[in-house]
Amino acid sequence: MAKKNNKKGIGSIFAGLFRNQIFIPLAALLILVVFNLIADPSFFKITLGQNNAGDPILSGNIMTILNNASELAILAIGMTLVTAASGGQDISVGATIAIAGSVILRILCGAAGPRPETMQAPIIVAFLIACVVTMLFGAFNGALVAYFKIQPMVATLIMFTAGRSIAAWINNNQLPVIKDVSFGYFGNYIPGIPVPTPVFIAILCMIIIALVLKFTNLGLYVQSVGINSHSSRLNGLNPEFIKFITYVIMGLCVAVAGLIKVSRISTINYSVIAKDIEMDAILAVALGGNALGGGKFSMTASILGAYVIQFLTTTLYKFEVPSDALPAYKAIVVIILVVMSAPVVREKFGQLWKKIAPEKAVKEA
Amino acid sequence: MGEKKTVLKMRGICKYFPGVKALQNVDFTLREGEIHALMGENGAGKSTLIKVLTGVYQKDEGQIFIGDSEKPIVIHSPQEAQNAGISTVYQEITLCPNLTVAENMYIGRTKGTGVNWSKMNANAKKLLDSLQIPAQPTQQLGSCSIAVQQMVAIARAVDMECKVLILDEPTSSLDEQEVQKLFTLMRDLKAKGVGIIFVTHFLDQVYEVCDTITVLRDGQLVDEYPIAELPRVKLVSKMLGKELDDLSDIKKHDDGDGKLHEGTAVLEVKQLKPTTGVSPFDFEIYEGEVNGFTGLLGSGRSECVRAIFGADKTSGGEVLVGGKKVKINKPLDAMKNGVGYLAEDRKRDGIIGDLSVRENIILALQVMKGFFRPFSRAKAEAFADEYIKLLQIKTASTNTPIKSLSGGNQQKVILARWLLTNPSYLILDEPTRGIDVGTKVEIQKLVLKLADEGKSVTFISSEIDEMLRTCSRLIVMRDRKVVGSLTGDELTQNNIMATIAGGDK
Repeated sequence: MAKKNNKKGIGSIFAGLFRNQIFIPLAALLILVVFNLIADPSFFKITLGQNNAGDPILSGNIMTILNNASELAILAIGMTLVTAASGGQDISVGATIAIAGSVILRILCGAAGPRPETMQAPIIVAFLIACVVTMLFGAFNGALVAYFKIQPMVATLIMFTAGRSIAAWINNNQLPVIKDVSFGYFGNYIPGIPVPTPVFIAILCMIIIALVLKFTNLGLYVQSVGINSHSSRLNGLNPEFIKFITYVIMGLCVAVAGLIKVSRISTINYSVIAKDIEMDAILAVALGGNALGGGKFSMTASILGAYVIQFLTTTLYKFEVPSDALPAYKAIVVIILVVMSAPVVREKFGQLWKKIAPEKAVKEA
Repeated sequence: MGEKKTVLKMRGICKYFPGVKALQNVDFTLREGEIHALMGENGAGKSTLIKVLTGVYQKDEGQIFIGDSEKPIVIHSPQEAQNAGISTVYQEITLCPNLTVAENMYIGRTKGTGVNWSKMNANAKKLLDSLQIPAQPTQQLGSCSIAVQQMVAIARAVDMECKVLILDEPTSSLDEQEVQKLFTLMRDLKAKGVGIIFVTHFLDQVYEVCDTITVLRDGQLVDEYPIAELPRVKLVSKMLGKELDDLSDIKKHDDGDGKLHEGTAVLEVKQLKPTTGVSPFDFEIYEGEVNGFTGLLGSGRSECVRAIFGADKTSGGEVLVGGKKVKINKPLDAMKNGVGYLAEDRKRDGIIGDLSVRENIILALQVMKGFFRPFSRAKAEAFADEYIKLLQIKTASTNTPIKSLSGGNQQKVILARWLLTNPSYLILDEPTRGIDVGTKVEIQKLVLKLADEGKSVTFISSEIDEMLRTCSRLIVMRDRKVVGSLTGDELTQNNIMATIAGGDK
């Protein structure tokens, strides 16, 4: 057996690669990179400049992509777990980001009205309270899905619909503005550091989830439950609780994304903030080759998927696609990617490769 | 039987699945106005035969004739089967509860785009009346009792001018009265000349309503018998594959099996009452003992052990482990008390299909160890390698998804999973079902080896030989009740079959 493996032809290596989950987002990224290289190599130029405050910052398309994809990458973490465990998606994340942002601003404004001169509470306190609030909303979603067995899309439709109104209500429908520059650090730059802060926050989240997946059984349990909850139960797991907890984790991701979002502009627009981001997050999971029906997942592939989406968006902007037309272009690319990542198609590709390189494939057989 | 017209003839039907001969050269004949029971234990090939007939599976060999036709027909899909006059009513109702009765009867069968509602309701009314089904055409199906829903499904089938009606376990969710209503309907249809194939696990029902019995075993035809020529005990023996005549040379068990066990039971349950409809039962098992639950399928064997393991809820009774009272509300409680349970339905309750062999092996032990203490990859690999070698599991690597293994190897992986937890008491529910003979023997040997090591095992199998070879005590179940416990000299096939069959026939 081992001998044969050594002689594996190029055909079967490719065939294997086609079946690997990470292949699709990686290939998509590669195509985008090559496309941009050919069209305009300056796309990748990164320059060191100064912002209005005179601090050094790195700018360029790549920085834009890394910066703007941060929220999406963080949400992709939660969405991957929710999808894998419950076989459905949380479509309320955009609306709950509005809630998280609103809560943060409300705490920071305190009793001093919507435009306080100074923050009325430490940012960390505001953030932690937002975490608790969004995790409670996550728990609400999770309870509906896990214990009341409501379809995830339907269960989270409730918060999808109500979330932005709740967000507005938290601040009495006023638009709070935080003048303190330090609040803007989370969504922009910390003076002296030329890389935008969201990039670091996203990396931190990835490290945390990587550690959690390594040092706990979260991955094993979530996948077991997603693949076969009957069998998982007979192995001593509590499938309902595991589904429930993934929605709570999703809530935590939402709070982090919410902090970045409101920090970017130091204020909030209830109806626009993080609009449609849930769809991009779901797309990131799908692009990562994860079955939207639950089961096995690859966190790396999902996160990579998030960056692919942002890469695509930035590329389209770069080619001056009008922003109204953007979704249409995006849709075309998405169709291609998703069809390519369908197991049926990938299997076919794999077989095709074996046919193209038959002499090697025959040997293997 | 007289010379009735044949409505369906199946000759020399063969169906192969990878590694399994599901049907070998099976003949089946159905005559006009006949209720024909198709009997056999699990894996005997009943459902495969039905699926071949209804076009769900394609037969590999053999011919199917409808009516007097000399020309064999080929059935590619359920739709084609229906067009050929073969209708099926499945165990689970496959209608739409939120539509009306009439809609359910005609759904998918209206030609063109428009629907003539009044005509449809009138037709439905006529049919329901003629079959004496107590339902209104405009009533929502969901508001009818399960039995009536079942009857509507039959009415739908009948209205498609079927000559052959297949009833696959139609009575399993019905109560006694509802069953009687269904039987009345079946007799009506019989009088109208419809040939009915009746699949059930309830012996009483077979003897109440059927004319002919065809018995399958291990994918082969045993024979077809008029009901009067096959008394119950004989039917059971045909299904289980033991002739009453060759019962004389049963191998006796090792010495000491008959003697009473001493000390405290490893596990004891008192009047445990499962919520799955099985009567409360007592049960105990001692160190190094192998016992078993026996009875026909559906007699409640699995329900008993599931209740012990906490897989199903219980509503009374107590469980003692090593003489101490314990609470078992969920499987994890049982696992922590040293109980392992290999479930009957491997696909649904055993394997985690997409996960690797390694992950499937370590799962139960991992869950017991706890969320925050995952095994290192090396440790998990070591466990997997150890058991792959020990049980000779044929897999390409520890990373292979379990679903790509053969049934027997999947079962070994699940066995490995439970052996790894080092349980003091292991419940094996049909561990040998649907796997090849070689593996069956290996598993039986393993059970005896475990017992030698002082572990206790409950072994459930539909094959009485296996039970006799391994168990020193058998708890016999019939119709969801424990009806006997056999030990020592009482452990003969004769006795077991007589106890299983019960009744007076």
